[in-house]
Amino acid sequence: MSAQGLAGPGRHADHLARRRRVNRTMEILAWVAAAIAIAILVIVVYSVARKGASELNLNLITKDPIPFSLTNAPQGLANAFAGTLVIVGFAILMALPVGILVAIYLNEFAPAPIRNAVSMVLDILNGVPAIVIGIFVYGLLVLGHGQSALAGSFALACLMLPLVARATMEVLALVPNALREAGLGLGIARWRVTLSIVVPQTVGGIVTGTVLAVARVAGETAPLLFTSSLVGTQTDWSPFHALQSIPVAIYELSESPDPADHARAWAAALVLLIFILFASLGARWLATRSRAKMAAR
Amino acid sequence: MTSLDIAENARRPFTGRRVRFGDIALQVVAGAAAAAVTVLVGLIIWKVIDQARPALSKYNVHFIFRVAWNPVLGRELYGAGSFLFGTAITSLLALALATPLALGVALFLTELSPRFLKAPVTALVETLAAVPSVVIGLWGIIVLGPALRNHIEGPIHSALGWIPLFGTPGAGASLFTAILVLTIMILPIVSSISRELILGVPHELKEGALALGTTSWEMIKGVVFPYARGGITAALILGLGRAVGEAIAVSQVVGGGVFIHANLFGTGDTLASKIAESYQGATTKLQTGSLVYLGLILLVFSLVANVSAQVIVRRVARKHGITRGGRA
Repeated sequence: MSAQGLAGPGRHADHLARRRRVNRTMEILAWVAAAIAIAILVIVVYSVARKGASELNLNLITKDPIPFSLTNAPQGLANAFAGTLVIVGFAILMALPVGILVAIYLNEFAPAPIRNAVSMVLDILNGVPAIVIGIFVYGLLVLGHGQSALAGSFALACLMLPLVARATMEVLALVPNALREAGLGLGIARWRVTLSIVVPQTVGGIVTGTVLAVARVAGETAPLLFTSSLVGTQTDWSPFHALQSIPVAIYELSESPDPADHARAWAAALVLLIFILFASLGARWLATRSRAKMAAR
Repeated sequence: MTSLDIAENARRPFTGRRVRFGDIALQVVAGAAAAAVTVLVGLIIWKVIDQARPALSKYNVHFIFRVAWNPVLGRELYGAGSFLFGTAITSLLALALATPLALGVALFLTELSPRFLKAPVTALVETLAAVPSVVIGLWGIIVLGPALRNHIEGPIHSALGWIPLFGTPGAGASLFTAILVLTIMILPIVSSISRELILGVPHELKEGALALGTTSWEMIKGVVFPYARGGITAALILGLGRAVGEAIAVSQVVGGGVFIHANLFGTGDTLASKIAESYQGATTKLQTGSLVYLGLILLVFSLVANVSAQVIVRRVARKHGITRGGRA
């Protein structure tokens, strides 16, 4: 740079102008990239909202679909909403306790090599494509026993588990060691220190992580195609039957040639999207709040 | 003795006192959960191999590159060749489109954005990551596909149709549509990881460069990128893994078919989309086995991709002297 500086004031000014131009171009490109990313989101959300709003009414969640309907009787996707509630509910019941226990073990008990190894396993599980999880659960639970909502829940739980465990580990690591030491110093047993002092500090973070994980798996289609997709059109709450779900319903309706089916797919997509947007924004808000509380301590 | 040492000592069982049942119980239960996760991953690998066995034993590795998918009874012949091609084309081109965009977004959010835009734009980009694939697929098949056919694929084909790449007029569902849909899906992943990495570049380095008179772009090129390079590579691998494994959205927009061709606007299939389309209709053991074989290829790819991304992240963390979690 100094050599160029010595070459004369004129060239130096040229050089600087060129560098400024490059800088300006790159800044503009970054602005454009951000604008494109936001435009994509706005376009997707806008199309779903515009196309879904017209069909969005109470019938959607109170009426069951009528296959091959020739009349204009109101139809809905009540069976899919009920099914998603059951499937996701049981998935939470399966993934949450295991995820929290794994995180407790890794953060509070495990020696470093085991912690590293199991963290790696969690990352690998997190990276397994959802459709492969579907194949796995099909082979493990569906083959020979038939589809059921519980098999679907188990598939979704496999996807939730690494998310919940990872989120819990992150908040456990934030709990100050002084708290553990204070508890142990009072002669409290280690398990009580962990369960009554350390874990309660992390409830906010665990809730956040769980909500984000639910938001992620509530829209998963691939694992449910294999485990809970051969379904009737009646609303059913039994976890032992294969139940319809919102994502599978959207997937099937989107491939239908009938525009009325598309309209219901959009409406269901809108409901799903609203739920997921609220869940992830709410979780983010919770996370900021609980982090601020932790920092204030 | 520092407080950390005390905490370390407190972790060890205290000799000369009675062993507490609760301590052992919690440790055993929590340890069992951790062991269960490890077993689960092993079980996934075993179950997938087990179900692929009919195709594995009949075709061995010849399956992988053979271009064939004929379920007609008596003339059954299966191979993954065209799906490997479809997967490679769609996910690599999607990554090529998403990478500059994602880095642009990350740089915008870390270096350029006015303060009042930072939080909302970050939230919006992360929200894009939360949109379910089936919704993006629905949008792709009903909104994006027809729009591409009428305004992009059609005109390009009529102007440049003599180039094989644009040799098909396009029907809305095409490899091109799939590439765009995948781009949308991996953009937020790569940009949010890159943003965190760029935030992690020490201020002294950036300020040092700026103090030497660099422009902000030269500072980014000379300091930020070299520092975050390993992490960004890992982010790209994770994005690629996501694109390769995406089944639903791709199967909605890709159109289907068993060919290898140079037509960007033609249809095709990826490994994952083929499984999603055909699994329920599979009739013979060999066909099901072949579909699971496709899944096995996906599984192996995801294992390799994830482990290499982890190795990169850990190596970078060690180099920069960070002991825990490269991507907080």
